[in-house]
Amino acid sequence: MSPKVTPLYERHRALGARFIEFAGWTMPVQYEGIISEHLAVRTRAGLFDLGHMGQVIVRGKDALPFLQYLTPNDVAALSAGKAQYSMFLNSSGGVVDDIIVYRVPDTAEYLVVVNAANTEKDLEWLNDHRSQHPEWSVEIEDMSARTGMLALQGPLAEPILHYLTSFDLGTLPSFGIVRTEVAGIATLVARTGYTGEDGFECYCPIERVVDLWDAILEAGQPLGLVPVGLGARDTLRIEAGLPLYGNELSPEITPLEAGLGWVIAWHKGAFLGREALERQRDQGPPRRLVGFELVERGGIPRHGYPVQFESVVVGTVTSGTVSPTLGKTIGMALIARRAAAPGRPLEILIRDRLVKAVQVKLPFYRRSRSTSRSV
Amino acid sequence: MAEVRDGLRYTRTHEWVRIEGDVAVVGVTDFAQSELGDITYLELPEPGTTVKQGDSMGVIESVKAASDIYAPVSGEVIEANTAVVDSPEVVNKSPYDDAWLVKIKLSAPEEVDRLMDAEAYRKFLAETAAMA
Repeated sequence: MSPKVTPLYERHRALGARFIEFAGWTMPVQYEGIISEHLAVRTRAGLFDLGHMGQVIVRGKDALPFLQYLTPNDVAALSAGKAQYSMFLNSSGGVVDDIIVYRVPDTAEYLVVVNAANTEKDLEWLNDHRSQHPEWSVEIEDMSARTGMLALQGPLAEPILHYLTSFDLGTLPSFGIVRTEVAGIATLVARTGYTGEDGFECYCPIERVVDLWDAILEAGQPLGLVPVGLGARDTLRIEAGLPLYGNELSPEITPLEAGLGWVIAWHKGAFLGREALERQRDQGPPRRLVGFELVERGGIPRHGYPVQFESVVVGTVTSGTVSPTLGKTIGMALIARRAAAPGRPLEILIRDRLVKAVQVKLPFYRRSRSTSRSV
Repeated sequence: MAEVRDGLRYTRTHEWVRIEGDVAVVGVTDFAQSELGDITYLELPEPGTTVKQGDSMGVIESVKAASDIYAPVSGEVIEANTAVVDSPEVVNKSPYDDAWLVKIKLSAPEEVDRLMDAEAYRKFLAETAAMA
């Protein structure tokens, strides 16, 4: 099957993008360069085409109990117009996907945004569980092919979007979502993202996504907005300590191991994977996700490279990069719990050489809160 | 369009060679740096190392990927550019001048004739692009 492209493909080409194949899609990996795009998002703003990601609507009388059962976070705590980070878990507590659940304003619907690589698997997962519970009245609709998704991220994201909408963005809290118009286009605007900066993710009808892209780029150009590819999306999320499915998360990794225990709402009752997670919570997870930085030069620690502690292999690198913001080489690794603690040394096998590293607290980068509208 | 400089010799693995007497000055091409993107790390052979044409003699790494640097000619490495090891981004800015990587004392000068000249390398890049 040939890879899919988003409606913005020709725009990306005209902007000089280089492309990669990612999860069955041909997507821009960079335009001007990964490091300059990364720094633009940290200091000004960047615009991302996220048309590869999946959008699933869950609606119906029993949408809430259905999602409560299939996700570990507390969906009942979501008021209209709010979103939460969550996951689909298997019965062993492993991660099937990590997701954002939005309670869409003015409707009784939930919008679930999933990873591109997992869209089909997640739909099967949802439909299988629905058929196992015929007592629940739930409708699942795949909106992916009809939905355009853009992210506008960075300290100038709000002033840029402000030009294009009459909605008072200052009133939209972190993880809030509103239905409004942007450049005259019906858009769901959410204050969410994957960069560690303030910013927005915008969902619109797919036939309008090129217009939305053009309008945002034009409005933002005087403020230094640039298009950003998947390359900088990855380096930005690593600096922010955010997990990527397939690297930090997989069906063999639990949220407790990944340091994401906060997504588990233990108070809410039964959910898929709960028993396994309770056991792991009580015994302590066997592995922990840690951050590290290299203390000597040796190249980039990449996914899968072995990690040693006191000359014994204790795990592998999940992600690594040169950090454009910090000027260091950083990474995350899933290692035996006994080896995990900030300040402890590690050795990373990069090609054929052991390179010295030290464990540091995650995230590597946290934005100053002065620009945040978090409520 | 990537710059291909006249007067240099080229490999299919995108190294360039400038012959100065019995010494080959070696770097990577503008095409190579542009394909790799932001270069962040270089590993070069120590002076005194003997290399054979076609062997991997170092590593060049960008945010995106790492790739080998191949010896375009056989001989002894007499100098490695430590300034560019300390500032790998120079490879992006000046691949044919400031970012020369190593100097190799030729042990088999006839090997140079097997390398592409600028015209042949331009043609090779055009064919590579057509296949992509």
